[in-house]
Amino acid sequence: MEMRVRLQRIFPQLLLSGVLLLLIVALSLTSEYFLSWENFRNILDQSSVHILLAIGMTFVIASGGIDLSVGNVAALSGVVMAVAMKSGTEVLPAVFLGFLTALLFGLVNGLVISYIKVNPFITTLATMSIARGAALILTGGVSIYGFSADFKFWGTGSIGPINPPILLAFIFLIVGLFLLSYTLWGKYSLALGGNGEALRRTGANVNFYQISIYCFSTLCAAAAGLIMTARLNSAAPLAGATYEMNAIAAVVLGGASMKGGKASIFGTFIGCLTLGVLRNGLTMLAVPTYYQQLFTGIIILVAIIVSELRSKAEQ
Amino acid sequence: MSVPLTQPFLEVRGVKKKYGNVEALRGIDLKAYTGEILAIVGDNGAGKSTIIKTLSGAIAPDSGEIIVAGQKYHKLKPKTALAAGISTVYQDLALVNTLDIADNIFLGREYKTKIFCLDRKRMRQEAKELLGQLKIQIPFLHAEVGDLSGGQRQSVAIARAVHQGGRLLIFDEPTAAMGVKETITILKLIKSLAQQGLGIIVISHNIEQVFQISDRICVMRQGEVVGLVKTDEVHPNDVIAMITGAVDINNRGRE
Ligand SMILES: Nc1ncnc2c1ncn2[C@@H]1O[C@H](COP(=O)(O)OP(=O)(O)OP(=O)(O)O)[C@@H](O)[C@H]1O
Ligand SMILES: [Mg+2]
Repeated sequence: MEMRVRLQRIFPQLLLSGVLLLLIVALSLTSEYFLSWENFRNILDQSSVHILLAIGMTFVIASGGIDLSVGNVAALSGVVMAVAMKSGTEVLPAVFLGFLTALLFGLVNGLVISYIKVNPFITTLATMSIARGAALILTGGVSIYGFSADFKFWGTGSIGPINPPILLAFIFLIVGLFLLSYTLWGKYSLALGGNGEALRRTGANVNFYQISIYCFSTLCAAAAGLIMTARLNSAAPLAGATYEMNAIAAVVLGGASMKGGKASIFGTFIGCLTLGVLRNGLTMLAVPTYYQQLFTGIIILVAIIVSELRSKAEQ
Repeated sequence: MSVPLTQPFLEVRGVKKKYGNVEALRGIDLKAYTGEILAIVGDNGAGKSTIIKTLSGAIAPDSGEIIVAGQKYHKLKPKTALAAGISTVYQDLALVNTLDIADNIFLGREYKTKIFCLDRKRMRQEAKELLGQLKIQIPFLHAEVGDLSGGQRQSVAIARAVHQGGRLLIFDEPTAAMGVKETITILKLIKSLAQQGLGIIVISHNIEQVFQISDRICVMRQGEVVGLVKTDEVHPNDVIAMITGAVDINNRGRE
């Protein structure tokens, strides 16, 4: 009984791991290059931005919300860093300003959602548009190029066998894992989504938790923005569009329920890897990127339908 | 069971509450003692849930006072109500289905190891002991509450209220959506809590059940207390008559 229930609980993650494994086997049969360390590092590198956004999204979805603003906030953070550096600011303060901008968006998202009780979808759809507009205004619509080596290091440097983006993604993964599994904040993120009213009645400061979750999400976005900008050595105002979709897909693939109350950092990680391997495989098979976007959309839809059917079946 | 003649643990004096034009409570007077089960009965909309909510701190009354253990309050907040010793088991149980049993029992009162970490080991251990003391049968402690039966979920909610250290436990329709067997288990549990010296207030629509477990019955109608009687001094039909308004036996049985 006990064993069965425990297995049942991690079933989505097991299933996804199986799918990922199948994908890896299939792709390594079509290409020898696929199984090389070089390609694996490549997949991790390209997934790092998506992992960062998905970690934040895991907490947001766990709390029963959604954050559509993260892709555009990531782009805006990068733009703020770039503008600051171009006007003579040192690298660290410039990066700090980028994070501060993101934090401001998280704060606005959280305040509007918790105090004014506006639907998270609508709220973050609006701030998503605000972030994009701000990025376009700051750059005049054109990318900002050419940064110092210190800054570029965050995108293209290397640390032993890995690089800063992969390292950053893993640090956030571990922090996310720790927060969700071992802290009050993680428990309350899940409780908010599971039964926010029950949490409120215990006298817990529900608004504080909700606001801090959205702040955490946009801070993850700022880290993603740093990597995106440093990697390309350019801050593009239109970067990061639809990245929120990737993050949502990874979280839901990882077994989270869109209703909230259920989420897993490990699942999110496997979800990101699956999407990364898929992208990598489709590129290797020379499938045009337009199709990749189409596939991501279909995967999200299927994942959400499966998660919905699962939660219906459990009731 | 005899009614203890000690000081009341809880005294409600002239509590009023309006929702817009609806006078949900028109001046409620009520006393509850430890070691005693007080049943509150009344028709739909009589104000039962509303008076309970003022006691648990979910809503603030417009006027009147609430005296808990000698301390006078004009209104309670969820935290002050808990600190004063009033724990409520809500009709909806207020459980988080996706969390496990210990996580639910300790919701809002978690133990922590260092500054940031939850002490799950200690909470699981204490939850286990608590369920044992209350003779609550749960298949295993890691079960998510959403996987439990109605009676088991109710038991977890009760265990949480007991764990909160409440001297007075309030139940809003504890057996409303429950099978016969589970109802018996829950009623037994509630009775044993009173025998252990806790005060109990139970809201129920089930008159037969009220007569099985209560020491006193408080009848409410249209926001007023229209009867306050000792259970063994009254016939079920009288209580039903008071509920429907066929007779008014105001204040009968009040000490
Ligand atoms: N939040 C609210 N807003 C407006 N009116 C309310 C609200 N809550 C309760 N009322 C009204 O107050 C009155 C008392 O309601 P209450 O819920 O206390 O009744 P009750 O005795 O618990 O009934 P039931 O047996 O149906 O649970 C009713 O007329 C109800 O419509
Ligand atoms: Mg009611």
